[in-house]
Amino acid sequence: MDSDTRGPGSGRRRANGEREAEILATLQEAGRALTPGEVVEQLGDELTYSSVVTILSRMHAKKLLTRSQRGRAYAYTPVADEPGLAARRMQGVLDERPDREAVLMRFVDGLSDADEELLRQLLGPDPSRG
Amino acid sequence: MHVAVYLPLLLSALAAPSARILTARCEPRAATWLLTASAVVLAAAGTTSLALLAATGLIRFPPLAALGHWSLQIAQRDDPAELSVAVVAGVLLVAATLAAALLLWRRVRALAANTMDAGHPPSSDGLIVVDDPAPEAFALPHLPGRPGRVIVSTGMLDVLDETERDVLLAHERAHLEHHHHLFLALAQVAAAANPLLRPLAQAVAYTIERWADERAASATGDRGRVARTVGKAALAARRNAVHLAISGLSVRRRAPRGPGPVPRRVAALLAPPTGGRAVPALITAAVLLTAVCSTAEAARDLHILLELAGA
Repeated sequence: MDSDTRGPGSGRRRANGEREAEILATLQEAGRALTPGEVVEQLGDELTYSSVVTILSRMHAKKLLTRSQRGRAYAYTPVADEPGLAARRMQGVLDERPDREAVLMRFVDGLSDADEELLRQLLGPDPSRG
Repeated sequence: MHVAVYLPLLLSALAAPSARILTARCEPRAATWLLTASAVVLAAAGTTSLALLAATGLIRFPPLAALGHWSLQIAQRDDPAELSVAVVAGVLLVAATLAAALLLWRRVRALAANTMDAGHPPSSDGLIVVDDPAPEAFALPHLPGRPGRVIVSTGMLDVLDETERDVLLAHERAHLEHHHHLFLALAQVAAAANPLLRPLAQAVAYTIERWADERAASATGDRGRVARTVGKAALAARRNAVHLAISGLSVRRRAPRGPGPVPRRVAALLAPPTGGRAVPALITAAVLLTAVCSTAEAARDLHILLELAGA
């Protein structure tokens, strides 16, 4: 299938997976939704507009990206960001079943909104950066 | 027997206020001992009382009375408890025993299932670092044939500086060294047998954290530093949790009712240390002694009744 989505004469062909990973990294770095035009810009014109559109829509079909209408184009964002993936890994270790939780002695337990406020008052200005 | 047998059950109703007083007034180590002892003694005395009351009902049944060679007339004439009371006591006794046994069984199994050695070989001091950006740290109690472990994620190590990491490790090692999970398990089994004792078990869960905080403070010599470390770790964990909530992963939330354990721990560390207070300890001892004596008294009464009936 579409083995040549690059401009003619570039000579370098890369695997689809590699190009997808590159675009995913670009979207994650941006931290906001990007249109295909913006992705092309971020990549430094490495890929043509049409190939970027092709890859983005393919990734959307694979549910790797979500998209929203922006003007006449779609803007794309990654579905699972780094902390989201990390949480799933940690859950494998921690296991969410209450009995397992109960035998662990955790350093800090969850904070409610009121707790967070109270903690900030107790510790003074922004201890989390200290 | 008419009064004494009910006393341990009545004293259990004092669990909530006593848990509050012991947690607030006593140094964490003493508080943990007093709370755990209270839970265990009151649960044992209360369960014994239920058994005694149930027994008074059983001896009224002709087949059982015949089995023990007891006189039905005497057993019924002396009437230490209404039959309805005996039946209720019997039902509660069965429920209490089953609840406690079930909890114990599930905890033992969960503990055995938590073998985290696979894939994460610990260093010689039992520390396991899990490569994960989510800030998380906990102690996993020792089992026969496996020493205790401290598990820390790289996400937690990243938010803490070197002194703060020492605080964290000293805290988790204090849990292991002082067998805090045993105190908690005993209190929780007691609370499973007698739900009135739940405040004591909840208090133990808090005082073992305070105990470990104070151990970390003595190890590093700076209580304020421990307070800031606990706060920093909790805020980092919360930022992560909020992030996950946004990205659609579930986050467990407690119903907010008063300040949670983390702000209370931090406030306690920022305040001057609690001195040893003898008065709450003496009162607790007196209450527990009363519970034990009244159970013994009730048991003696039942024994006398059975001897009379058997004559």
